Amino acid sequence: MKETKPSFRIVGRVYAFGNDINTDIIYPGKYLSITTDREEMARHCFEAVYPDFLKTAQPGDIIVAGRNFGCGSSREQAATCLKYFGVSAVVAESFARIFYRNAINLGLPVIIAPMISHKVHHGDTIEIDVENGIVKNITTKETIQAAKLPAFVLQLISDGGLIPYLRKKLGITQ
Amino acid sequence: MKRKAQTMAEKILARSANKETTEPHEIVMAQVDVAMSHENADVVLRSFRDIGVPKVWDNTKIVILFDHRIPAESEKTAITHKRIREFVREQNITHFYDLKHGICHQILSEFGLCRPGEVLVGTDSHTTTHGAFGTFATGIGATEMAGVWATGELWLKVPESMKIEVTGSFQNYVSAKDLILHIIGMLGADGADYMAVEFHGAAIKSMSIASRMVLSNLSMEMGAKVAFVVPDEKTISYVKKHTDKKFKTILPDNDAHYVRTLNIDITNLESHVACPHAVDNVKPVRDVQGVKIDQALIGSCTNGRIEDLEVAARILDGHEVHPHVRLLVIPASRKVYLDAIKKGYIESIVKAGGIVLNPGCGPCLGAHQGLLAPGEVCISTTNRNFKGRMGSAESFVYLASPATVAFSARAGEITVPRKESL
Repeated sequence: MKETKPSFRIVGRVYAFGNDINTDIIYPGKYLSITTDREEMARHCFEAVYPDFLKTAQPGDIIVAGRNFGCGSSREQAATCLKYFGVSAVVAESFARIFYRNAINLGLPVIIAPMISHKVHHGDTIEIDVENGIVKNITTKETIQAAKLPAFVLQLISDGGLIPYLRKKLGITQ
Repeated sequence: MKRKAQTMAEKILARSANKETTEPHEIVMAQVDVAMSHENADVVLRSFRDIGVPKVWDNTKIVILFDHRIPAESEKTAITHKRIREFVREQNITHFYDLKHGICHQILSEFGLCRPGEVLVGTDSHTTTHGAFGTFATGIGATEMAGVWATGELWLKVPESMKIEVTGSFQNYVSAKDLILHIIGMLGADGADYMAVEFHGAAIKSMSIASRMVLSNLSMEMGAKVAFVVPDEKTISYVKKHTDKKFKTILPDNDAHYVRTLNIDITNLESHVACPHAVDNVKPVRDVQGVKIDQALIGSCTNGRIEDLEVAARILDGHEVHPHVRLLVIPASRKVYLDAIKKGYIESIVKAGGIVLNPGCGPCLGAHQGLLAPGEVCISTTNRNFKGRMGSAESFVYLASPATVAFSARAGEITVPRKESL
């Protein structure tokens, strides 16, 4: 999957998960020895516990989950593998803090939306307005108000993540 | 005008961001005092090269060490280790601890690198451990660590704070591990999400530094951003013994605002265990006693210190590990290992049939050194029991104190740690 610059308006099919999806589930510890090959990381998303993900999810899909998505280890591979698989955003009722920061720093949009797992179901199509924090369920026509991201975080995502943001800030051009 | 009363987190972030005060939810640019990475320094390194800064911001404030996969379990890891050693030389990183030393969170304490009042970030979620020294210590990702290596600063949201006041004293064989599992069971895996936890009270003051580290370490498993033990004379004398560097201890104000306060009396607390497959699936050990085990593990950044090996050795001394059980013991550091040899603990453990592994993370994260087959059960002093964490996705991990694990290893089944149990 090639890297795409995140857009502030994202449309995609929902791939749904439950509560407390930890980073060992998202990216198994046995693959932590993969440190630089991001395409290879993407080939192991959810592999051990939810192997169907790799068979049925498509680039462009949006992950929707319940509470505490990304809890556990700080492994950045958990966010990297999703981004390089082509997941276009993660919407959850809440996130564990390190995963949340990693996703933002990598330019993967993460949206906090209360009750989302009750209002959106596996296979639905949703549209996310990242800037205004609005999720529309195109399948059911329901609109869900999500939390608006702080301006600083929006800036990071719009720059494509922390590295492009820092390069700009430090005036590095090559 | 009187300055607003503040919690430890608010005060330390104010100092670090060069401000008078801070408010919860405010985003500050914190100046980092210590930045620690283990093998994932390789992930950091890739992002650091992408930023394009030739030199790290301060070669004396970066700590790099190896503990997750040592000695290298694969050629990939060997290449990672080699690349990081080359980077350490290239940048003249002063605090580099190669694979002979042990687990990052133990090493930082032994080398005086976690100090009260400072900001410490690590590319490891259990960096909360150092809150036990009054340090604002939290886990971060690899890319933001690359930002720290480049600039020395990091955006942090000032967390709300929760106060946990602990009184009473433990029954025999009940320890800090049982207390924190009990708290996580009450609050849930997201019960302290984004929060700063502060441990206060007479019971905490009487705890050893090692036991305090257990509380701060496992607070991560309820989502805490940082988990302080309010520093006291014990903290200060420990840190001074391990470093000559000056530090300024920061204490919370008496009338600081906490979003939640818990009062816990540990006098009647019993031994607890976190059952598969979640750290907040906590029960008293007696509720699961009799569950047959295949492996028992004593070690990790949570419970691999000398007091943990002491209790294990005392329980195992003169006995045999059950013939169906593999007991793995991993001292948290070379220093702990040597102390345990001198005190005779290693001899007791090995005579009982325990297998002592080199100081490191071992099988805790499922990389190597004792993984589980489908259907197997392990009782472990480590910090996570997620599905598939320690090998097969069809295996089962119970988390418990060193005493519970040692008694269970002897019995071949989960056992309440008390003399009459065996």
